[in-house]
Amino acid sequence: MATRGIDFGYGFLTQESSFDVQFSLIEYSGSDSYARAYLVGLLNTLLVSILGIIFCTILGVIVGIARLSPNYLIRTTAAWYVEFFRNIPLLLQIFFWYYAALRALPLPQEADPMLGSFYLTIKGFYTPSLVWINLDIFIYSVIAAIVAIVFVRLYAKKLRENHGKHIPVLNISITILFILPLLTFFISGVSVTYELPVLKQLAKTSFIFEGGLSIPPELLSLVIALSLYTATFIAECVRAGIEGISKGQREAAASIGLNRKQILNLIIMPQALRIIIPPATNQYLNLTKNSSLAAAIAYPDLVLVFAGTALMQTGKAIEIVSITMLTYLTLSLLISLLMNWYNARIAIVEK
Amino acid sequence: MININFLNPSKNNLRLNLIIGLSLVFLSLFDVFLYSFFDINIVSFLPYFISFSLPLILGMFGLSIIRISYSGIKKLDSLNKNINTNNFNAALTLLIIFSIIKILPPVMSWMIFDANISGDTKDACTGSGACWTYIKIWFKRFMYGMYPNEHIWRVNLAFIFLVVLAFVGFITPQKYKKYLSLYYIIIYPIIAYILIYYLISGGSLGLEWVETGAWGGLSLTFIVSFFSLIFCFPLGMALALGRRTDLPIIKYVSVGFIEFWRGVPLITVLFMSSVMFPMFLPQDFFMDKLVRVIIAISLFEAAYVAEVIRGGLQALPRGQYDASKSLGMGYWKMHIFVILPQALKLVIPGIANTFLALVKDTPLIFVVGLLEIIGMLQMAKTNPKWLGFAMEGYVFSAIVFFIICYAMSKYSYNLELKYKTDR
Repeated sequence: MATRGIDFGYGFLTQESSFDVQFSLIEYSGSDSYARAYLVGLLNTLLVSILGIIFCTILGVIVGIARLSPNYLIRTTAAWYVEFFRNIPLLLQIFFWYYAALRALPLPQEADPMLGSFYLTIKGFYTPSLVWINLDIFIYSVIAAIVAIVFVRLYAKKLRENHGKHIPVLNISITILFILPLLTFFISGVSVTYELPVLKQLAKTSFIFEGGLSIPPELLSLVIALSLYTATFIAECVRAGIEGISKGQREAAASIGLNRKQILNLIIMPQALRIIIPPATNQYLNLTKNSSLAAAIAYPDLVLVFAGTALMQTGKAIEIVSITMLTYLTLSLLISLLMNWYNARIAIVEK
Repeated sequence: MININFLNPSKNNLRLNLIIGLSLVFLSLFDVFLYSFFDINIVSFLPYFISFSLPLILGMFGLSIIRISYSGIKKLDSLNKNINTNNFNAALTLLIIFSIIKILPPVMSWMIFDANISGDTKDACTGSGACWTYIKIWFKRFMYGMYPNEHIWRVNLAFIFLVVLAFVGFITPQKYKKYLSLYYIIIYPIIAYILIYYLISGGSLGLEWVETGAWGGLSLTFIVSFFSLIFCFPLGMALALGRRTDLPIIKYVSVGFIEFWRGVPLITVLFMSSVMFPMFLPQDFFMDKLVRVIIAISLFEAAYVAEVIRGGLQALPRGQYDASKSLGMGYWKMHIFVILPQALKLVIPGIANTFLALVKDTPLIFVVGLLEIIGMLQMAKTNPKWLGFAMEGYVFSAIVFFIICYAMSKYSYNLELKYKTDR
């Protein structure tokens, strides 16, 4: 390396980055350091991954159950959805949503509001944003509610194991989760108003929405494409999981007098989850890694901001590529550790 | 006296129920059909909300009064059993049919009825539908990239040879069948390499040299996936065996290798192959971009193949190992003749999925500047003479990839059935 005149070192991380990022979750400007640029990229990657995981799980579970529906049309539609979206490269899907589908949306000044104040335009998706007063108290109350729910669950478990009594844990949990934060509105002065996106004229023909929450089209198309693509795999995992439970289990449960809901909650799902979790974890990992395709449509994720712009500016190829790879490696290992822990918790304990 | 109990349809008034129910369903479908094909709303005199949801209400009512179990009419029974088991299912059925009727006309008119394919320039596209002229003009670029037009026959010839040679397995006499795996694993890749080196790359035998940067399009997708496939499979097998040996160094090296490659996204691996890898090579040593990419993809996919094969190895009962050892087989003999054939048979679906993922991942090579079909699309899209045809390009390549991947998955399914043995 020395022969090529390359100096190795991580000192550049504290230098001024002097480039701008289009979309950032934290305050960032060109005068911040490369380390902060790295953080911006990482947070954007995490944002896409988490949104993608949430949506693909919802869609995947629905489609997976639909594939087992007794209704012929629903079954076939679900099967075609899976075949179609699974067999087309993700990159092509991202390009399709970004360059073809979302480009067909109206300009900001021509957009019709949906449900009053949501605007879907070529420049992104604009929704009203919430303006909080005393947000921290509200968040503390939510945390307190979650802690309370944990205690209720533990108590209910103890009651069930020692006395065989059932209390409606789910209903109590939901009540706590709503009542406690709601109380803060009346007692400790938490209040919330909303800010609507308002159309503003920049130049003669250039309009833009101001205020409210804006979701850039890059993020939108990336999340749509990732969720639609990964949902097909999740759907297959869910289907395999439910099909993997033998019919005898359901019949045995019915014969000891459990009702439909109890059969699903106490017999089928705990067993199906055991089959579903390991492959679904792999799909979540794949989604996180696939979110790096964001670089192709210029969504400022870790690869674009750090392994793209920062690398071009500093020329520190080895350092930057190794940091990027290590980050993804850590993310992957973290997710698999978490899922392994969960998997071990729900696994069958034999002898 | 006829007395219809609408809430509780029974077999007694089967005919009347059937007539009223089916006519209601047809009425609802007819309403949606008229509205979406001819833009006529026959119930526009009603308030908006009612006229909007009228088809659903009519259809659900119709379906609910023909829901008669054991009616004795075979078709009705199968209809009820398949799409009309309860109100919820009936509503979903109707919604699916409505959306098909709703979506079909615009899609069909865009793709076929209003589309253009004649002419050579953008101006030929006058209709409101798709402009297939664009695909027609750019077809060669989408297939062969920037490969010079007058030499395209070389690519075609090489691919024809390769396809013909791939079919050797189907016509070999029974006597030579046992050499087939040897042929496919060792000889065929070498022939393929020679063909691609001399015919497509050229530079000798009187053929003009075409640099790999000019290769592209679908043919590049095939070349990259073909070689990556060939390299990643044996490597993955070795890694899977390595992960299961008792030799600690080999074991931990394999585990580390697999976990590393599985933990990073392909795009960063390709970045590494293009910016980091050359720094570790001797100064006067040059390695072609395409070769680097193929190595990177092979290493990456090998880790996935290894995990799939490991699954198969773990699924084999211990008895298989013990039995072959008791016959006096060594490690290699045991694995080659007893363990691997059975393990591979078990994991055909998993391997097929990995290979599909590999084919679908090849477009990522655009990050190092190689343009296969999707890369070419992105380039063609920005051509000033052909602006605004992104959709046509994406639809075209989506169809191409869908055909390739769907065929591969169906083939693997057949393979799975063919080698399925009851145990």
